[in-house]
Amino acid sequence: MSDVVATNQTILVVGGGISGMTAALEAAETGKQVILIEKRPFIGGRVTQLYKYFPKLCHPTCGMEINQRRAKANTNLTILTLAEVSDISGTEGDYTATIKMQPRYVNDNCTACGACNEAVETEFDNDFNYNMDKRKGAYLPYNNAYPQQFVLDSRIIGTDDADKAKAACKYDAIDLDMQEETLEIKAGAVIWATGWQPFDAAKIQPYGYDRIDNVITSVEFERMMDPFGPTGGKILRPSDGKEAKDIAFIQCAGSRDRNYLRHCSRICCMASLKQSTYVREKYADEGKASIYYIDIRAIDRFEDFYQKVQDDDNVTFIKSKVANIVEDKKTGNPVLNGVNTEGYHRYSNPHELVVLAVGMEPSVDKDIFPVEIVLNNNGFIEADNKNGGIFAAGCASDALDVNRAVQNATASALRAVQVVNRVARAED
Amino acid sequence: MSDLNTQLVEKYRNNFLQEVKDNVEEGDWVKMCMQCGVCSGSCPMGPYWDHPPQEIFMMIRANKREEVLSSNSMWMCTSCYNCIARCPRELPITHIMHGLAHYAKRLGLAPKNQPTIKFSQLFWDNLMKKGRVNELKLGLSLYFMNGFAEGVKKAWKMKDIGLGMTLTRRLNPLEILGGHGVKDQTGFQNMIKKAQELEAARIESSVKK
Ligand SMILES: Cc1cc2nc3c(=O)[nH]c(=O)nc-3n(C[C@H](O)[C@H](O)[C@H](O)COP(=O)(O)OP(=O)(O)OC[C@H]3O[C@@H](n4cnc5c(N)ncnc54)[C@H](O)[C@@H]3O)c2cc1C
Repeated sequence: MSDVVATNQTILVVGGGISGMTAALEAAETGKQVILIEKRPFIGGRVTQLYKYFPKLCHPTCGMEINQRRAKANTNLTILTLAEVSDISGTEGDYTATIKMQPRYVNDNCTACGACNEAVETEFDNDFNYNMDKRKGAYLPYNNAYPQQFVLDSRIIGTDDADKAKAACKYDAIDLDMQEETLEIKAGAVIWATGWQPFDAAKIQPYGYDRIDNVITSVEFERMMDPFGPTGGKILRPSDGKEAKDIAFIQCAGSRDRNYLRHCSRICCMASLKQSTYVREKYADEGKASIYYIDIRAIDRFEDFYQKVQDDDNVTFIKSKVANIVEDKKTGNPVLNGVNTEGYHRYSNPHELVVLAVGMEPSVDKDIFPVEIVLNNNGFIEADNKNGGIFAAGCASDALDVNRAVQNATASALRAVQVVNRVARAED
Repeated sequence: MSDLNTQLVEKYRNNFLQEVKDNVEEGDWVKMCMQCGVCSGSCPMGPYWDHPPQEIFMMIRANKREEVLSSNSMWMCTSCYNCIARCPRELPITHIMHGLAHYAKRLGLAPKNQPTIKFSQLFWDNLMKKGRVNELKLGLSLYFMNGFAEGVKKAWKMKDIGLGMTLTRRLNPLEILGGHGVKDQTGFQNMIKKAQELEAARIESSVKK
C-alpha cells in the first residue's frame, strides 16, 4: 500500500461518497493523477444505503455500477479505503496530507467467495444497516461493495475467529499481520467530500426515539426496503415484528430548529414524499401514509413529484409540527399529539410506525476539523478564497440531494484541475 | 374603553403587528413565528382557552386587535415554559403572552370576570400594601373572591392544609393583624410610583411618536 506515488500535480479527494467519486472520476478522466481516500472499507457513501432515488425512483445501485466501472477502467485513479486524513499542511499547489490507514486484514487475492464469513462466529452490530441487525466479524459490507473484498473486523484479531477465517481461505487472502499505517501524500489540490451524517434523533426529546420502539428514522426506513436489508425488504415494527401499514412521517426532525440544526436539510421533504410511495408499493391500497409538516419544500422541478403524491388519496398531509409522541402501551402504537394549524384542530393520532425525517449534518465535527478551512455556522464548508486549493464537494458544502451534490462535485473537480494545471505550467 | 385605547387605535390603524412590536413586552418577536404549531400542541392548557399561542400570533398579523386583546388566552398561561423549550425559532412565547395580557389590561380590554385577572389584581393590591405578600390574607381573599358563602365553604375545605402549614411554620396566623412588610415603606411606595410614571410616559410617548 505504501507504494502510492503522488506529486504536487496530484489531486487528493477526501471521502468516497457519490460526490467524492464523481469529483475523482471527472478529474482522472481529464488525465490528472487522482488519489481518492475513503474511511469506510468500500466507496459509494450513504447512497449505497438508500433503496430508491427521488425523483425517478430508480435504484442507486445502477448509477453506482457505472461509476465503479469508470473507476476500474481508469489508471489515473488510485482508491484507498479504510483511510482517513488526519492533517493537511502546505499551501495551494503544494500540500502534504497525513493519512492513517486501518488494516483490512484481507489482501487483493480475495475473490469474495465468502468462506471466511461462514467460518467465523462472533457477531457485531451492523453499521451499514444502522445497527438494525448483526453481521459477522469477517464480512462484505454489502453485496455490491466496491472493492469486492471481504474485511475482518479488528475486534476478532487475536481471537479464534481470526484463525478460523484464515484457515478457511483457499486463496491466501487473509493477512493477520497487517498493521495500521501512516502515509504522507503530496497534492496540488484537495477536494473535500466527507459528506453528511443523520442528525441524532435521540436528541429530540419529545419524539422519544430512544424510548419508543416504533419510532424510527428515515435512514432506517430506507434500509427496511432493501430486499437484502435487515428486514428482508419488509416494513416491520421493531416492537413486535409485525408489518406496519399505517405510517406517519414527521418532517423537520432536527432541521429548521434552533434547538438542534438551524438549517433546512433540503432533501427530507422529498425523501418522505418518496417514502410514501414505498408504502404504496408494498401494500397497494392497504398502505397509508400521513405526512406531518411545517411547509413542504419540494424544490424547483420536484413540485411535480409533490403534486403526484398529493393526488394519492392514501397519503394525508397534516400541517403541523408534532408536539410530542407517547406510546400506547397496549398496541405499541406511537400516538402523535399536536395542533393542525389548518383550522387549529387538536389531534391525538395513533399510527403503527413513525418515521422521523432526520436532518443532515456535516460528518466532520466542526470543532475538530483536521484542516484549516472556512466553515459556516452549521459546519458546512464555505466557498472562500482563504481555502486556497482546498475545495468542498457535495454534502460537505451543504445539505444537497444527489443531483446537486454531483453538480457541485464536478465544479470542484474543475477548480482542482485548474490548480494543478497552474502548477504544471509553473514547473515546465 | 379607555381614552388611551382610542388614541392607539387611531395611531396604528390597521397595523396591529406594529402596535404589538412597539408596546408589548417581547412583542418584536411575533413576526418571527413560522406557524409550525408546536407551541399550541405543547400547551397543557391548550384545550381550555380561546386561542393557542400560534393562532394568537397569526391573529396579530391579521389585525384582529379586538379579538386578541379581549381573548382569555393570555390569562390562562401557567408559565410552564413548554412552548419556549420547543419553539424552533426560540420565541419567548410565555413572556409574549404575559406582555399581551398586561397590555390588554392597561387598555381596559381584558375580559371581565376572568378568574386569573381577578386573582392577579388581588395579588397586586396585597403586595402594594406593605411591599411583601401577606399570604394569609391573599389566600383568604382568593377564597372569598366570589362571595361570602362560597368563601366560607372553600376556607372550610382548605382548613387542614392551613393548619398543616401553620404547624410547620409556613403560615403565620398573626399575619391577619397586618403582617410583615419592607423596612422603608415610603421608599417602596415612591419606587412603585416612579416606575408607574416611567411606564405611563413610555406609552404616552409611543402614542405621540
Ligand atoms: C433519508 C434520506 C433519503 C435520501 N434520498 C435521496 C434520494 O432519493 N435522492 C437524492 O438525490 N438524494 C437523497 N438523499 C440525499 C443523499 O443521500 C445525499 O445527497 C448523498 O448521500 C450525498 O453524497 P456525498 O458523497 O456528498 O456524501 P456521503 O454519502 O456522506 O459520502 C461521504 C463519504 O466520505 C467518507 N468520509 C467521511 N469522513 C471521512 C474522512 N474523514 N476521511 C475519509 N473519508 C471520509 C464517508 O465514509 C462517505 O463514504 C437522501 C438523504 C436521506 C437522509
